[in-house]
Amino acid sequence: MSEPRMIEVRQNVLKHNDTIARSLRHRFRDAGVFVVSLVSSPGSGKTAFLERTLTMLQPQYRVAALVGDLATDNDAERLARSQAPVRQITTGTLCHLEAAMVEKALDGWNLAELDFLFVENVGNLVCPSSYDLGEDLRLVLISVTEGEDKPLKYPTIFNSADVAIVTKIDLASAVEFDWQAAHANIQAVRPGMPVYRLSAKSGEGMQEYFRYLAGCMAECYPRAGT
Amino acid sequence: MHELSIAMSIVEMAQEEAAQRGCQIEAVHLKLGALSGVVKDALLSSYEIASSDTPLMGSRLIIEEIPVVVFCRTCQAERPLSSIQLFCCDKCGTPTAEIVRGKELEVVALEMAS
Repeated sequence: MSEPRMIEVRQNVLKHNDTIARSLRHRFRDAGVFVVSLVSSPGSGKTAFLERTLTMLQPQYRVAALVGDLATDNDAERLARSQAPVRQITTGTLCHLEAAMVEKALDGWNLAELDFLFVENVGNLVCPSSYDLGEDLRLVLISVTEGEDKPLKYPTIFNSADVAIVTKIDLASAVEFDWQAAHANIQAVRPGMPVYRLSAKSGEGMQEYFRYLAGCMAECYPRAGT
Repeated sequence: MHELSIAMSIVEMAQEEAAQRGCQIEAVHLKLGALSGVVKDALLSSYEIASSDTPLMGSRLIIEEIPVVVFCRTCQAERPLSSIQLFCCDKCGTPTAEIVRGKELEVVALEMAS
């Protein structure tokens, strides 16, 4: 009896998070709300992009947002200017959102009154990749000021996302951004990934992205809206 | 750096099993995919911190790294990825985003003291 005994377990380490994410997804489906999450590095323009998104979608859709931030409520304040309901999730020192935080932040919200719910993750291209938040669509944002090789440096987050958004294209020529190279790098780490380039500041490219969002929503809820 | 919270989940999971079976855990065996978003070395040092002052103190975390394997539609076969920066078939070059393995973050077995 000196041999160590091996016991098979086969358990996903993030089982707890995945269980909550699954129940959130059921809840979103029952309520008929389409949930979009955003991941990016700090300073890529997530909040400006989201503010513009909330403002521009509002005449047509009922929208709301949850915004994860390490310490401040600056982002939530900025987003509140869009007049859409916004809630802050302060993560403290935690570098990513988890499904339980989303669940808690939704407490008391009537999701059936919403068409789109946006969830802005903490600015970080590493940690959020492991956590399912129950979202229907995950956007990964890179700004032209970050350079073209971000996808090659962070292939994992690109493989956890559904669509890539290249932001701040109004600055593209100033920083000599090479669109072809950036696009090729995204396709190298995630072949077939849809890519949108836009400027939240000038509004360029926003309509194409909205059409894409509306299309995804229609696919998810075939009879909702027209 | 989310490895510490991952390590704490592993310790918690193993502790529950140990309590149920009433035995001492010597090692935890983990499968870690190259696309799991978790760094092996950071996880190993986090495990030491997470397990200290628990019944798992002094136990080992044994990590099996799982490389990415994709499915190539042209070859109709599973292929290893030669680089995590280039998702294509290593035989015919067809781009593919169909990941077969490499996202694992899974406790596969516990080694108990006999």
